[in-house]
Amino acid sequence: MAVTTAEVPARDTPAAGPPGPRRRRSANRWTRRDKLVLGLMIGVPTAISVLLVWLPALASVGLSFTRWDGIGLDTISWVGLRNYREIFTIYPPFFPALWHNVLWLAFFLLIPTPIGLLLATLLDKEIRGTRIYQSAIFLPVVLSLAIVGFIWQLIYSTDQGLVNAVITRFGADPVDWLGNPDINLWAVLLAASWRHVGYMMILYLAGLKGVDPTIKEAAAIDGATAWQTFRYVVFPALRPVNIVVLVITVIESLRAFDLVFVINGGRNGLELLSVLVTQNIIGEASRIGYGSAIASIMLVISTVFIGIYTVNVFREERR
Amino acid sequence: MTAVETAERAPDRPVVRRRRPLTPGRVLLHVFLALTSLLFLFPLLYAVYTSLRPYAETAEYGYFSFPRGLTFDNYAAAWEQSRVVRFLLNTLIIVLPALVLILLLSSFVAFGLARFRVRGRKGLLILFTAGNLLPQQILVTPLYQAYRLWDDQDWVLDRQAFIYDTYWGVIAIHVAFQIGFCAFVLTNYMESLPHELTEAALVDGAGVWRQYWTITMPLCRAPLAALATLEFTWIYNDFLWALVLMNTGDKRPITSALNNLRGQFFTDNNLLAAGAVIIALPTVLVYFVLQKQFVGGLTLGANKG
Amino acid sequence: MGDRTSAESALSAVFNRRLFLGAGVVAVGTAGLAGCGGSSSSGGGGGGGGDATGEVSFGSNASDEVPKKAFEATFAAYDGGTVKVNTVDHNTFQEQINNYLQGRPDDVFTWFAGYRMRFFAKKGLVSDVSEVWDKIGGGFSDAIKKASTGDDGKQYFVPLYNYPWAVHYRKSVFESGGYEIPKTLDDMITLGAAMKKDGLAPLAFADKDGWPAMGTFDYLNMRINGYDFHVNLMAGKEAWDGPKVAAVFDTWRRVLEISQPNSLGRTWQEAAQSVAQKKAGMYLLGTFVGQQFKEGAERDDLDFFPFPEVDPAVGADAVEAPIDGFMMAKRPKNADGAKKLLEYLGSAEAENAYLATDPNDVGVHKDVDTSKYNALQKKAAELIGGAKSISQFLDRDADPTFASTVAIPAFQNFIKNPADAASIAKSMEEQKKSIYTN
Repeated sequence: MAVTTAEVPARDTPAAGPPGPRRRRSANRWTRRDKLVLGLMIGVPTAISVLLVWLPALASVGLSFTRWDGIGLDTISWVGLRNYREIFTIYPPFFPALWHNVLWLAFFLLIPTPIGLLLATLLDKEIRGTRIYQSAIFLPVVLSLAIVGFIWQLIYSTDQGLVNAVITRFGADPVDWLGNPDINLWAVLLAASWRHVGYMMILYLAGLKGVDPTIKEAAAIDGATAWQTFRYVVFPALRPVNIVVLVITVIESLRAFDLVFVINGGRNGLELLSVLVTQNIIGEASRIGYGSAIASIMLVISTVFIGIYTVNVFREERR
Repeated sequence: MTAVETAERAPDRPVVRRRRPLTPGRVLLHVFLALTSLLFLFPLLYAVYTSLRPYAETAEYGYFSFPRGLTFDNYAAAWEQSRVVRFLLNTLIIVLPALVLILLLSSFVAFGLARFRVRGRKGLLILFTAGNLLPQQILVTPLYQAYRLWDDQDWVLDRQAFIYDTYWGVIAIHVAFQIGFCAFVLTNYMESLPHELTEAALVDGAGVWRQYWTITMPLCRAPLAALATLEFTWIYNDFLWALVLMNTGDKRPITSALNNLRGQFFTDNNLLAAGAVIIALPTVLVYFVLQKQFVGGLTLGANKG
Repeated sequence: MGDRTSAESALSAVFNRRLFLGAGVVAVGTAGLAGCGGSSSSGGGGGGGGDATGEVSFGSNASDEVPKKAFEATFAAYDGGTVKVNTVDHNTFQEQINNYLQGRPDDVFTWFAGYRMRFFAKKGLVSDVSEVWDKIGGGFSDAIKKASTGDDGKQYFVPLYNYPWAVHYRKSVFESGGYEIPKTLDDMITLGAAMKKDGLAPLAFADKDGWPAMGTFDYLNMRINGYDFHVNLMAGKEAWDGPKVAAVFDTWRRVLEISQPNSLGRTWQEAAQSVAQKKAGMYLLGTFVGQQFKEGAERDDLDFFPFPEVDPAVGADAVEAPIDGFMMAKRPKNADGAKKLLEYLGSAEAENAYLATDPNDVGVHKDVDTSKYNALQKKAAELIGGAKSISQFLDRDADPTFASTVAIPAFQNFIKNPADAASIAKSMEEQKKSIYTN
């Protein structure tokens, strides 16, 4: 690990090295042991991350060009782009899954995110009980998506669910909320939004706290309406938060898995890319190459957004 | 926060803080927020309500009905039959070591990157931050195969030093995956600590380790607490890693075991509701007790940028 | 019954049809943690110590109450040494079978006959048990022996029981409606129309979990194209987009007209309930459907008839009757003990001990004690005994990858859009070619 210590003041130890420029001397003041400790402190976590996160991610890309049933390393064979070609041409669930991921993202950006922003704006005002409101709305965020799936099945279940109990009481026919492929995705998105709104609200609240209240007051005094103040003063100031929100929403949409998996295994209207990967690689069906190719497609999509995010974060670093 | 910078300058007039009168608009706002809060609590409240009703009663009157008798029987049944205790214990066996390792390792990195000029610093920060954002499915196949390959080595077989289907195997990936986020947050935090603090220590001849352990770490209690809260919840809630990297049902943590419990033990919705409430309770409690840390951790990570 | 079954919707739901044997009626699951790990957590997937003194480790997927107890009874009657049972959740066991076999498998473990057995034999992940068959072979018919044989002509599997798929109904419903058992599919469709008029859903149908529709396909295929075509189709040797499969889909479209609608949101348990509650007239499923009927009068009212003939030239003598049994690990820790245990498991005695506790299946041994069979068991045994050929089930006869990632979504798609049969079949053929290449 390359460590230079120029920025850190020299230690006051007896000068061992030859006299020279201050920077140079200070570098020599660090003992071997210090350098080793520092090297390990940075090196070990880096190694863990590279070994267990980055190498597997890259290996997925490598495996995506092969055919492998997962039994014995000697059965891996190189097939070039065949998996990709097949996924795009003859694998029926792929495009529905991709489309559902896109819908998921669009829905998240259009419904729960603005609601979160709206609630954050309302709660940012000096009102009594704001903590209580915040806690209630944020509560679903601490639940796992698997539990969210369970709780919402209590509501959606065809025979024992609340919604059908209510609508049949008023004479309507029961609706197959989770079995009908035309509506189950929307039912699931509502459940997912229940959790996403609180998350977005908290992010925006933190962002709003950073907006100088005096500008808002100034705008109000200048005769701006609440909407104008928000639109022309507050929202532009939230740009950094918006980027975070965008990235988190994209990543959450790509990661969506647990919820549909506990509901119906991710089939029949609930296909998602993450589910297709899982279906192809765990279980008796072991099409490792195929699953890896779908994973690699996810990697490409997420890399674009992770790129946007990191560029934004670290551009600030350059200051 | 760049937010403040981009905003226009405030006028030089002091802001007068005054208690606002209760206008109709304010009342409306409270009504709206109260209703929204109720709406968000509703699914959970409904789960609690259902869990307290005997199955026979709901079978007769339906789920959309007033209670005739409430009971904790469903909880007793869910608790005993599904042996949730066992799975909760598994979760603890995974979460606690993982938490310690994550905070320790990420604070190492943060300390190194924040307090010293390290070549490739930016690259390392990107490596950690971006790694945490990857969807799990991207890593899961090779990871699973690598675990199995590891177990196939002769010396591993001899020593029974297996990694697949072990707690350590699951802990390892949690640690690797979560170091990224924590390192990012802690680096930012440590950078904000004044350099004078360590200078004094340097004068005393403190080595790297002492600077880290006795000087920097005690100043990081707040972000560490926030991260611990957040990471507890995340690891508790994780579904996929243990699902793929373990095959002994009895070892699985609660969230991954959930899917098997349903159908086998949680055979009606009342029982299922009780199970869901039991499983949700630890994270909900942690949230209520450590709300400030939780929200703080989330925004610490997100606000930079 | 509601969502009792959604655990099945986990990704391996396909292979899950026996999961609720027992659990359905035993209801609130008096089992301790039957499903999730079973008797020994210490051994994990590995077979524990494996002393030379004759302990054999046994990997069991029988996580449900009834089969689990049945195995306990079976081993209690075994005097050849101790058996250390490692029960794993049924779902998990099948999901992880690849991994299990390459990792630390138990000496002997539960598995299924069919392609799913031959596949692992071909991959060299299990042991040849021909030696055991030399001793037990006399007790089994040639058909059963064939079902236990790998591609190389050696035996890799020891069978325990099987259970037929047939059309179930309530006798009282048929009596009060004046319905007659249909002999041909046309009869059945006419009968369906009559039931519709009487306000019944003629044919209960559920495919939320994906696998039940395979039974319908298999039967139609065997009735229209014959057993040999079924075998070849499953083995990837026949075309899915040819006229023969097209004929199956065409006939299935007619059957769908008398089938319960909204099947993709329904589990088999719920469909069975609709028969039990006399809302539906008939239901094609394995005999385990009986678990959804209350013991006593309701269960006694349950009966079944064989899936009717479609083409007189083909007849109706093929029966779908999956066989469950055992295999031996590639390198068992206690090979002699394992073989001895398999000899026992391949005996009439073991089958009797098992079936005494789990009377939902029928034995496959020639000398199994049929005197204790209940009426349905007797009928099931007759049906299988009279069959000219016996199929396993689509997901047991075909490549597992094909069954789970191609057949399930394709059939669900067909149920949604029956008019799209041609494009669905074409897609199945394209994917088949990609999967069955080696």
